[in-house]
Amino acid sequence: MSRSPGRKQENHKISRELFVLTYGALVAQLCKDYEKDEDVNIYLDRMGYGIGVRLIDDFLARSAVKKCRSYSETADMIAQVAFKMYLGVTPSVSCRSAAGNEFSLILDKNPLVDFVEELPAERPSLCYCNLLCGVIRGALEMVHLAAEVTFLQDRLKGDAVTEIGITFLRKPEDRKQKK
Amino acid sequence: MDSRFTRGKSPLLERALGRPRCELSLAAFALLFSELVQYCQRRVASVAELQARLALLGHHVGLRALDALVARERPGRRETKVLGVLLCVKGPLWRALFGREADKLEQANDDERTFYVIEREPLVNTFVSVPRENSSLNCAAFAAGLLEAVLGASGFPARVSAHWHKGTTLM
Repeated sequence: MSRSPGRKQENHKISRELFVLTYGALVAQLCKDYEKDEDVNIYLDRMGYGIGVRLIDDFLARSAVKKCRSYSETADMIAQVAFKMYLGVTPSVSCRSAAGNEFSLILDKNPLVDFVEELPAERPSLCYCNLLCGVIRGALEMVHLAAEVTFLQDRLKGDAVTEIGITFLRKPEDRKQKK
Repeated sequence: MDSRFTRGKSPLLERALGRPRCELSLAAFALLFSELVQYCQRRVASVAELQARLALLGHHVGLRALDALVARERPGRRETKVLGVLLCVKGPLWRALFGREADKLEQANDDERTFYVIEREPLVNTFVSVPRENSSLNCAAFAAGLLEAVLGASGFPARVSAHWHKGTTLM
């Protein structure tokens, strides 16, 4: 079957299981290679960063969103458009600070842990989905928004929901000056 | 006793196996796969080792995917013949995993135990470009490992390797 040259990329989808299981295999391999949980977490974050810097191109090309004018718009965009596009879930966004630069995304359904029941006993502080943090951080950096992204709560560690915290590092006034 | 067994089932295990018709974008998988390959590449010294690592990862995936896939695609009956299991792999299994069936299934002329699953453009190689100095690398080694795990766990121990032939051939 030959591909027509003009075929759009939108048709390309893969099964969720393949993706989730591949991620699981990756984390398992990392656990085998590194003794300490922190090393695995750092590596996952780094890999996520590498993915994020390239994912942003794909995201901007496919979603054609307009420029976000505030941090809360950006956070909403990540939650409602990007997560929906790549993971099929829509986390809810809430603002965590009065300054308007800290947000959290609350995921009640995380597809990456579809097949993970719990963390193994010898890896109590493993952030299984740390890749996601790296992806968000990398993507934001490529649009010139420095941010720190961490897991605030993790269902695998016993919390009720999975919560990702995004802290934008530059003050909101700086963005206004760029215009 | 391990607390796993005394705690009671988690809601995850109680969920039905039904068809998760939620599909994710290829870009996400391609990027994840590329990071995977880069990670393996940093830790090995030769192409053969890299392919072996990819095959190992594919093996992981295959083992876990098998039960769910078989339960969904062939409920009630397991394949007991070699040809049956290979046709099942080439068709429904490949479609469930990669979104389309493998192109061809052939048997070697000289050896009745060797089969070829041929795909002109395997999904895992979609965005992979191989530099000339590593031209023997075929990232479908991941798919080869997957296939090996699936066959092995179905009761047909096999050795599967990926080759560049008419596209990609898993032998």
